[in-house]
Amino acid sequence: MSESIESTESNTKRSRIGRRLRIERLSSYWLGGAGYFAIALFVLIVLTLLYQSAPLLSEYSIVQMLTSSNWDPAQNEFGFMPAIVGTIYVTVLSMAMGTPIAIFAAIYIAEYAEGRAKTLIGSFIDVLAAIPSVIFGLVALIVVVPFVGDYLAPAVGSSATGLGIFTVSLVMAIVVTPFMISLSVESLEALPDELRESSLGVGATKWETIRIVLLRAAGPGIFSAILLGFGRVFGATIVPAMLIGGQTQLPDSPFATGQTLPTLIVNDFGELMSLPLTQSALIFVGLMLVVVVWLFNFGAMLVRSRLQRRWQY
Amino acid sequence: MTDAVLTTDELAVTYTGNREVEALKGVSLEFPENQLTAIIGPSGCGKSTLLKSLNRLHEIQPNVDIAGNVVLGDQSIYNTDEPTPELRKRIGYVPQTPTALPLSIYENVAYGLKIHGEYDSKAELDDQVEHYLRKVNLWDEVEDRLETPGAELSTGQIQRLCLARSLAVEPEVLLCDEVTSALDPISAEQVEATLEELKAEYTIVMVTHSMDQAKRLADTVVFLYLGELVETNDTQSFFENPQHERTQEFVKGHTAVEYADTESESDANAGEPVAPNR
Repeated sequence: MSESIESTESNTKRSRIGRRLRIERLSSYWLGGAGYFAIALFVLIVLTLLYQSAPLLSEYSIVQMLTSSNWDPAQNEFGFMPAIVGTIYVTVLSMAMGTPIAIFAAIYIAEYAEGRAKTLIGSFIDVLAAIPSVIFGLVALIVVVPFVGDYLAPAVGSSATGLGIFTVSLVMAIVVTPFMISLSVESLEALPDELRESSLGVGATKWETIRIVLLRAAGPGIFSAILLGFGRVFGATIVPAMLIGGQTQLPDSPFATGQTLPTLIVNDFGELMSLPLTQSALIFVGLMLVVVVWLFNFGAMLVRSRLQRRWQY
Repeated sequence: MTDAVLTTDELAVTYTGNREVEALKGVSLEFPENQLTAIIGPSGCGKSTLLKSLNRLHEIQPNVDIAGNVVLGDQSIYNTDEPTPELRKRIGYVPQTPTALPLSIYENVAYGLKIHGEYDSKAELDDQVEHYLRKVNLWDEVEDRLETPGAELSTGQIQRLCLARSLAVEPEVLLCDEVTSALDPISAEQVEATLEELKAEYTIVMVTHSMDQAKRLADTVVFLYLGELVETNDTQSFFENPQHERTQEFVKGHTAVEYADTESESDANAGEPVAPNR
């Protein structure tokens, strides 16, 4: 009698552990599945883009398209040069304006601001980072565009409507800076206080501590923040589409109107989708965007891990 | 007994964050020259707070109020025109966690010298770096890789590197915050041996949680409990003939911890303030 009770007990026990192990095995499958799904998605997107770009690539030479500045899909002219130059222009200008401000602001918030000021500034920056970029575009149309067109461009001897590369760069800098600040503050605040104490403890000033020790130790994190910002400017669509003026020509000054790779797609996709070659050309633009962003992320990862290995923070 | 180079006068520290915590309640102490003073007590008793307030390092945290005074030589470090970095150069600090600055081994030692501009030529700087690395018994281990990052050393080596970095600016007092607690036994032994050699030349104030370490290294022991000074005496008298009941309990309780279990430790922890959020 008692034996049979024991064996029932051990049976329940066994079936219970059996069930737990089954769930354990399953969970590793479906969690793994979710992880691999991300890879599959990336591959699928790249393959689709490649496949859809093929018609264009089979008819025109890549080098010729990349270097030609004549973009006229109706005439089957696919020169990507203006959009490429426009993209580089916008990205470089935005980053040149945004990065120093982002780093200084991050240092202020992480190392100097205290108490209520710190909370206030920090939360405002988070709010800014969360505003949809179309709002920045709208406000810029009302404020920045007239300012650039009526004052800034004439002041440097350039005539412009206010729509153009400089305006886009300025607004994109405003869009990504809060985001870069947030991430840089995080990496500065993650540093152990012992670093500060060690440096201050031999008589360094706060600024020396920041310049020589903290910026270096937080370097990989700040570097990533900047590269993520770069990626956002590079792939930005709505702000450039609203503010760049949409003329496919090689820009002759920072105040010129132009085109970036993403605006090329959004401006032309609706009306020209019926032309197979044009569609293929626009998809090829998408492919270029994906490849460049991927290369940058990959490079960033390499640099970051090297820096981290070197200083181990 | 030699003269005191560093004294505290009714030093009190209060953390005024969300909840007010009196970490130090009016402590008056003398730290004798060229001796090693060990500060012991249960965790959260104010040991580290005391140490950091000796060179104003607590000021990097917000919401700290300080009262009383700390006097170095004949100069108050709180009521003074001397800039804080100069004071901290005279009273060095080595943190608990071995921390290499994100610089090469060489630059870690040269850091303070370069900041204060205390060298005339590269050759002199080289000599200084070698001198201090020898002083902490690290030179032989690193002389052929001075340009590699300090962080690549083992934790025990990093802790000696920290000592070299602090000593390089020739502080009058060296504050050490549990400098062996993050180390494996062998590294800890090496750091202790280094401190043993250094204490003849420098005034060292060391926080330790290990009573055995205090016994081995210290000339004077300071016992803090709940932010108050309970007893201070030369090491031998402190351990062999503790004057206060609390000290007797702590010394005895510690022995019990060593040989029995953690029962007495939980006694020692009862009712102590939780360390304030940093």
